Amino acid sequence: MNDQALTDAFYAHVMGGGKVEADDWMPDDYRAALLKFVEMHANSELMGVLPEREWILRAPTLRRKLALTSKVQDEVGHAQLLYRVAEDLGKPREQMLADLLAGKTKFHNVFHYPTRSWGDVGIIAWLVDAAAIVSQQALRDSSYAPYARTMKKICWEESVHIMHGRDVVLTLMNGTDAQRAMVQEALDRWWGPLMQMHGPKTDPATDRDLIWKIKSKHNEQLRQEFLSIYVPRILELGLTIPDPALRYDQAEGRWQYTEPDWDELRSVVTGHGPMSQQRLEFRRTSRDDTQWVRDAIIGPATVAAA
Amino acid sequence: MSEPQDRVWEVFRQEAEGDPMVHGGSVRAPDEELALHYAREFYGRRQESHRLWVVARDSIVELDDPDLLDPPFDRSHKRPGGYIIKHKLEAAKARAATTGAPEVEE
Ligand SMILES: [Fe+2]
Ligand SMILES: [Fe+2]
Repeated sequence: MNDQALTDAFYAHVMGGGKVEADDWMPDDYRAALLKFVEMHANSELMGVLPEREWILRAPTLRRKLALTSKVQDEVGHAQLLYRVAEDLGKPREQMLADLLAGKTKFHNVFHYPTRSWGDVGIIAWLVDAAAIVSQQALRDSSYAPYARTMKKICWEESVHIMHGRDVVLTLMNGTDAQRAMVQEALDRWWGPLMQMHGPKTDPATDRDLIWKIKSKHNEQLRQEFLSIYVPRILELGLTIPDPALRYDQAEGRWQYTEPDWDELRSVVTGHGPMSQQRLEFRRTSRDDTQWVRDAIIGPATVAAA
Repeated sequence: MSEPQDRVWEVFRQEAEGDPMVHGGSVRAPDEELALHYAREFYGRRQESHRLWVVARDSIVELDDPDLLDPPFDRSHKRPGGYIIKHKLEAAKARAATTGAPEVEE
């Protein structure tokens, strides 16, 4: 088969629901699109722990401290698993970390914001993780099988995070007026970023990631799914969602809402969010601080290989 | 920044005693001792694994040739589903009923 015939056969295979393994031949544009997608996902898991880690030392009880530490460990673990998937596509991990720290690659918008109270810890673990799990569940059908398998494992761990977050929120909601107000205030700040998180509506007919089944659902589908599951769960606690236009349109069978601020999304993910630079700086510092560990582990092997 | 001299290790896990070893994923590590530590962190920290194996990826020998694994010949005689007996059994029973089956001695 010549290159064009191979390429045609490849796309017919994935568009027909076929799977691809790491060692299989794949066209360069599929590989590039897949790598970009997985790399951003990995970056988001890695950067996503920073807002939460700020609260480990301030957790109200030992059990909460253990749960939060464990969640942070899980998310870094997700980053490791995803960088593993990405490196098999040909980009070295060191290069991915360097590009992230240099601001050349992106991470999800929600991790560019500050955390202001313990209420944020509950809202992040419950709703940010929920919005993320909606997309991650759809990725279990990815045409790239190593990614799909990794998603199965990650989704299983994410479900624990959501329970932890919901438990934090419920505990506060059953507490004092001040605690309820704390949750409401956190929700008010996080709602905008949550609505932006899945990205603007795209045309499914021209979305290559969708056509090649790298992902299986488009942005608006994911947002609608998130709203369908979580709006009732938020409202039943007596919380108010800060969008007066939010309502389920029976006739159209979909949620209506105020158009999210896409300019804010674009500016935030390109490194202009309120905490973008501090978070990257923290990651740079910790990378330098832990260099001796990598040297200690990798040093002898380097010598042996030389 | 030197590129680490790591190898890729495939991780297999057994969920409970007696279960098959199932592929879990892979880790990257300079040696098998560290590979096992990573495997434990990624695939066993929630008590979800009874046993873990790590195997260097370059030690795995693979066969995925469809000519050998999925040849275009009829192999139904090798599978239980290749034997469709419903109608034959009905016919045999009907025949036995009309000709009278021998009594089974107690
Ligand atoms: Fe995660
Ligand atoms: Fe999570």
